[in-house]
Amino acid sequence: MSQLNVAIDTVGVADATPDEKQPWAELGLKEDEYQRIREILGRRPTQSELAMYSIMWSEHCSYKSSRVHLRQFGEKNPKTPRLLAGIGENAGVVAIDENIAVTFKVESHNHPSYVEPKQGAATGVGGIIRDIIAMGARPIAVMDSLRFGAIDHPDTARVLPGVVDGIGHYGNCVGLPNIGGETYFDACYQGNPLVNALSVGVMPRSRLQSMQASGVGNTVILMGAKTGRDGIGGVSVLASATFSETGEGDARPSVQVGDPFTEKLLIEVCLELFDAGLVVGVQDLGGAGLTCALSETAAAGDGGMHVDLERVPLRAKGMEPQDILASESQERMLLIVDPAKAEEVLARSRRWGLLATEIGTVTDTGRLVVDFHGQTVVDVPPKSLADEGPVYHRPIAEPNDLGLIAVDRAETLPRPTTADEIRQTVLDMAASPNLCDKSWITEQYDSSVFGNTVLGTPHDAGVVRLDERTGVGIAISLDGNGRFARLDPYVGAQLSLAEAYRNVAVTGATPIAISDCLNFGSPEDPHVMWQFERAVTGIADGAQKLGIPVTGGNVSFYNQTGRDAIHPTPVIGVLGVIDDVARRIPLGLGKTGDTIALVGTTEEELSGSEWASVKHGHLGGVPPKVDLDHEMKLAELLSRLAGTEQLAAAHDLSEGGLAQALVEAICFSGLGAQILLPEGADAFTYLFSESSGRVLVVIPRGQELAVRTACEQRGLPITPLGVTDANTDGLHLRDHFDIGREELEASWKGRIGLHLGE
Amino acid sequence: MARVVVDVMLKSEILDPQGEAVLGALPRLGVNDVSSVRIGKRVEIEFDENAQNVEEQSRVIADQLLANPVIESFSLSIEGS
Repeated sequence: MSQLNVAIDTVGVADATPDEKQPWAELGLKEDEYQRIREILGRRPTQSELAMYSIMWSEHCSYKSSRVHLRQFGEKNPKTPRLLAGIGENAGVVAIDENIAVTFKVESHNHPSYVEPKQGAATGVGGIIRDIIAMGARPIAVMDSLRFGAIDHPDTARVLPGVVDGIGHYGNCVGLPNIGGETYFDACYQGNPLVNALSVGVMPRSRLQSMQASGVGNTVILMGAKTGRDGIGGVSVLASATFSETGEGDARPSVQVGDPFTEKLLIEVCLELFDAGLVVGVQDLGGAGLTCALSETAAAGDGGMHVDLERVPLRAKGMEPQDILASESQERMLLIVDPAKAEEVLARSRRWGLLATEIGTVTDTGRLVVDFHGQTVVDVPPKSLADEGPVYHRPIAEPNDLGLIAVDRAETLPRPTTADEIRQTVLDMAASPNLCDKSWITEQYDSSVFGNTVLGTPHDAGVVRLDERTGVGIAISLDGNGRFARLDPYVGAQLSLAEAYRNVAVTGATPIAISDCLNFGSPEDPHVMWQFERAVTGIADGAQKLGIPVTGGNVSFYNQTGRDAIHPTPVIGVLGVIDDVARRIPLGLGKTGDTIALVGTTEEELSGSEWASVKHGHLGGVPPKVDLDHEMKLAELLSRLAGTEQLAAAHDLSEGGLAQALVEAICFSGLGAQILLPEGADAFTYLFSESSGRVLVVIPRGQELAVRTACEQRGLPITPLGVTDANTDGLHLRDHFDIGREELEASWKGRIGLHLGE
Repeated sequence: MARVVVDVMLKSEILDPQGEAVLGALPRLGVNDVSSVRIGKRVEIEFDENAQNVEEQSRVIADQLLANPVIESFSLSIEGS
């Protein structure tokens, strides 16, 4: 070991120099928070302790602004025997049957993806995969929800290709299918793109892991990549002056670069260790590195841990203790193992070519003690870092413009009236950034590695088979709508929940669990906090109503540039189970002669719609109504019809309404559709309204009565719209217009590449 | 004619998976006394004979196209003229 040429700020030094000035403000701590740290410790914190508190008490780790609201999930979550692990764990775990369970979670990596799109998005995928491993599961798929600024803004041409490249690079290299997601463009995300990544994994129920560092005397092992200076930009104010003399100027970026091949090894070695029963506790190293993993495992366990920090394998020279504690180097896991089994754990890691090092021991002292070359640099109660961080009741205020926005209804905007105008609107909408074909993005991802992907993009939800013998599988959808949430965060959040729920149901699966990623502006803005509180309440109430629990997720605040916050954007993931994936309902139009019908009610609901945005740049009014009772009936119907001869295809209606659903079904199926709108219906409203709770169904000939009866029994309105016809070229809307397939496809396809200058 | 060589390297604190992979392979060659391998790229640019502001232009090329300044650093060397 090289000699230390810098004096280390030890606990002894801190005791002796109580008045030393510390850069707590630069580290993002408030004065009262700093004083509380001093009270907890009975002295000033060392530099390492200060770094740890500043990280663990940050918004990102402590949920200090959101915690009081997130409690609602726990209070309102329906009780279900399926829920094996919930909020507070690395990821929620739900039982599929008596043998297997799945775990899934969605998490944001917004800011890093703006700074360095490729690596930021890639490490976002890596991080969520490790959460899945930490629960004891084998990751089996990923999904992503992306939001960028205007598609024609020059910076979007930097951010979008980088993000897509990063997601594809990491996911494809690790060997996980990307089974869906969403991509939206809106100027409000210009400086704050949203990159929300979801991963799902499967495990035998007996393999569920814990993050507890329990068992006094147990060994703490750090496994995976070496620790470097990645992502320690935040604590660099603590650095001694020597570092800036290396000549690289600001050489401590907050960017991390990951290595998916190391991650793949981590998956395999962790699962092997779990199966062999060699692991007592496990925690992945994510955003807050060792600081978070050590304090969380110690706090969850028997309360004490001793770590010798100099044992941590380092990639860079001259790292100080606070750097090692704060480093966000990727592809690392912390394991708690029985000392008698430690040698075997190390040997198995070596066999996989992974570094694994004993760095500490579980103790019963109630203290997390970190030594560096024999000198104690950290001596704190771990719960004070992990569980007892500050909790804020931030001021909440309804935005002043709410009333004005509500009366500025899109229903009053000028509309196309003639057949030709409506025809052109169908084409223009299909070509618009949010509705156009996204295959430029999705074809960069491997969607079928493992051979278990049953449905991927462009289907409403991704469907993956879990067991080849029984055919049991899961369906997942990830949905958000920032515009609806801007108009009314409570209803907007529920609309996203309803859409994700419906998208899962449309495949024939039964929704069983929710994960959410809550993207908002600054919590210090009372208007943003109001949006947040309303959205969380909407999701919690919705989950309670639908009878499926919120199992976890993440909060991303400060998605804001100056005073301009993004639209409140709760992104909801819903997971469903289908007992046999052979029963899944596909997208499309079935075959010639099948009946096309609409289940649900179309009202004049245009506020917040894609049409209002594309054609008028308008955002105002109240969002469509949401009826969760109706959604439950609809889901039950679809699950009942799935796999029977009564249903050939189904497609959820969402952004762009019926027109867009027809365009997609026609382009996907290669067939034509003859459509006759109900008598008296206003063609424009019927085509472009975004009323919730609607599904386009395709019914094989002769089954119409059975399906109608099934709908009527459940009180679900069903309206026949027309027939599938292979001889019709594209869309024939009787009494209105025809659009040939070529023209439809020319509008819908290839748009993203065109905008990016390809 | 001015010839400019641009060397682009990942910044020292950024993980270099490619370099790590090479480092990991060295023992198979019987080389056991290497502690670090970092891989970058070398770009050779030849300017026209009458080119002006060669250094300035090279810097723009390197900064805006060849290197990603968020995670990479570059150095220029100008040979002959």
